[in-house]
Amino acid sequence: MDPAITVEGVRKRFRREHTRNSTLKATVFNGFRRTVYDEFWALDGIDLEVPVGGTFALVGHNGSGKSTLLKCLARIYRPDEGRITTNGKMSALLELGAGFHPELSGRENVYLNGSILGLSQAQVRLRFDDIVSFSGLEAFIDAPVKNYSSGMFVRLGFAVAINVEPDVLLIDEVLAVGDESFQQRCMEKFAELRRAGRTLVVVSHGLDTVRNICDQAAWLDHGKLLETGPAGQIVDAYLASVRDDRRAREAASAGGEGRPGGLWGIGEARLTDERGQGIDVVDSGSRVRIAVEVEAVHEETISVELGIFRLDGVHVAGPVHRFRTSGAGTEVVEYDIGHLPLTAGVYDLAVTIRDEHAQATYATAPRAKRFDVVDPQHLDHGGVVALGGAWSARSRTASHGD
Amino acid sequence: MASALAQRLRGYPTELLYNLTLRELRGKFKRSALGWLWSIINPIANIAVYSVVFGIFFDVVAPVGDPSGLEAYALFLVAGLLPWTFLANGLSASAGSVVANESLVTKVYFPRSVLPAAAVAAWLASYGIELLVFGVLLLVVGNMILPWVPLVIALMLLQAAFVLGVGMILAAVNVYFRDVQHFLAIFLNMWFYATPVLYPPDLPPERYELLGLDLPVRDLLALNPMAIFVAAYRDLLYHLRFPEPSQWAVLGFGSLATLAVGLLVFSRFEPRLAEVL
Repeated sequence: MDPAITVEGVRKRFRREHTRNSTLKATVFNGFRRTVYDEFWALDGIDLEVPVGGTFALVGHNGSGKSTLLKCLARIYRPDEGRITTNGKMSALLELGAGFHPELSGRENVYLNGSILGLSQAQVRLRFDDIVSFSGLEAFIDAPVKNYSSGMFVRLGFAVAINVEPDVLLIDEVLAVGDESFQQRCMEKFAELRRAGRTLVVVSHGLDTVRNICDQAAWLDHGKLLETGPAGQIVDAYLASVRDDRRAREAASAGGEGRPGGLWGIGEARLTDERGQGIDVVDSGSRVRIAVEVEAVHEETISVELGIFRLDGVHVAGPVHRFRTSGAGTEVVEYDIGHLPLTAGVYDLAVTIRDEHAQATYATAPRAKRFDVVDPQHLDHGGVVALGGAWSARSRTASHGD
Repeated sequence: MASALAQRLRGYPTELLYNLTLRELRGKFKRSALGWLWSIINPIANIAVYSVVFGIFFDVVAPVGDPSGLEAYALFLVAGLLPWTFLANGLSASAGSVVANESLVTKVYFPRSVLPAAAVAAWLASYGIELLVFGVLLLVVGNMILPWVPLVIALMLLQAAFVLGVGMILAAVNVYFRDVQHFLAIFLNMWFYATPVLYPPDLPPERYELLGLDLPVRDLLALNPMAIFVAAYRDLLYHLRFPEPSQWAVLGFGSLATLAVGLLVFSRFEPRLAEVL
């Protein structure tokens, strides 16, 4: 089957303008010189195929070109070079309720917005009831839109856009609208579209969303395509690079690692399995032991803090241990976890040594160890904590005896 | 070029155009007690002022309708003022149309030319209502305009093509230079007095000497396309006669050529509008 979208060698140039002749006066006084600008490639040779069916995410930092690429796909921007081919009807959800006129009623705006999104009058009429019931605004549909709350406005906009029923739907950061129950309905609608074999392309900063609802992802950086692949993998790779960047910046601004004098220190941090072997990959729910080398200067009661961080920075756990060192030298501190309650993903272990009352920091290693947690039996889907509970199921009819 | 033009028109989202036009019209009169009546009240107020100032104070004499025999400055004035108002409103609205719909242009793909087209169409609709009321008034005073109605409609469409052609160029350029809107206001004011709306076309002197230059004033004024439009409207509505074929030729060819140039210029700018906004 042909891919839903084929992007071939797309380049898009933007101008960063220094003095913009946005008035005639400026143009005249600049002696009719052209606006002074330098050019940069917002997209620099993108080749990409988005398969039919499923959800495809574009990830990358701000300015990576992912929104520009989405706008090129939506035909709002025209690439300077290259070609984009789309199979089937395409609709873009870049702004909800685009073109809504505040003085017009919800009903009038549904027809207007529908035709902006490419529906005919007859098609809107056919879908009108679905749109209204999806938005849940039956009682307000004949009131002017300016009397709507912002949530109602967005809900109506979303209801129209989603009912266009495109083959390819482009979505930019609009997943985070409305209240919980509306978000739930949006997710259900997306799932419904996926089941119907439609293709969704998503630009999102909500990496959890990407991980949970997307199948494939493409990682863009400075206008170039770095990697494409399964969404979870790409998100992890992207997050790892984000944290590395941040670390590098922090290290640079701190002027080197460690405290001045560097008296206390943190040596190697290891993860070991039941047999005492060093590991990098841990099964969710299995037994694991964390061993950290503390380089002590003298005898003192200290606290050792372990921080387990998810790659997106969520602080998952922070066990603390207080003990008295036995003098200058290296001591190994161990933390034994019976059933590792983490869901699949990549985690960083941070180690910090403080004084007894956790006031002064003696040494810190923000990324002492990176490890993967895998879930080969697929016991959990998403979430942070693997509860490790016990399941059971029994027939209800049997218990009633009929 | 003609076939390319036809191809562009075939896939044209006429329903979108219709809906955007409706939005302009509804938006204009929503929440006002008199609503649609405003589209009549505004021109009536203008007509009253001009009739008093120019018809009474300046004592401008309207020509006698030939062959209608009509002689009324107010009616002579209205036959020129209504088309002028359509031009002025249509150009201002279409010039600002792309900038005013910035959020739409940067977020949704659709042929951008519907924006100036809807702006002109909305003013064409209110112009139609004004002419309808004026037509009834002419019938009441005994000017039998009914046989000329089809030609008036044809003339309106030609004028709309002319306004749209110019308006599309202004709309595209306005995205780059917002001065266009301000400049247009001044230019329209000058254009208004250069067009024989308030005065009959034979009022200005034949020649006038300015700084040693002998200017053929009346011939120069006759080059103004709006002067030709106004003359044609007056022929049909005031004099009840068929405008000269040469006038039709100039208006027909000129308007369609203007529209074609407007479409061409606009389509050149179209791909980049979303980036520049």
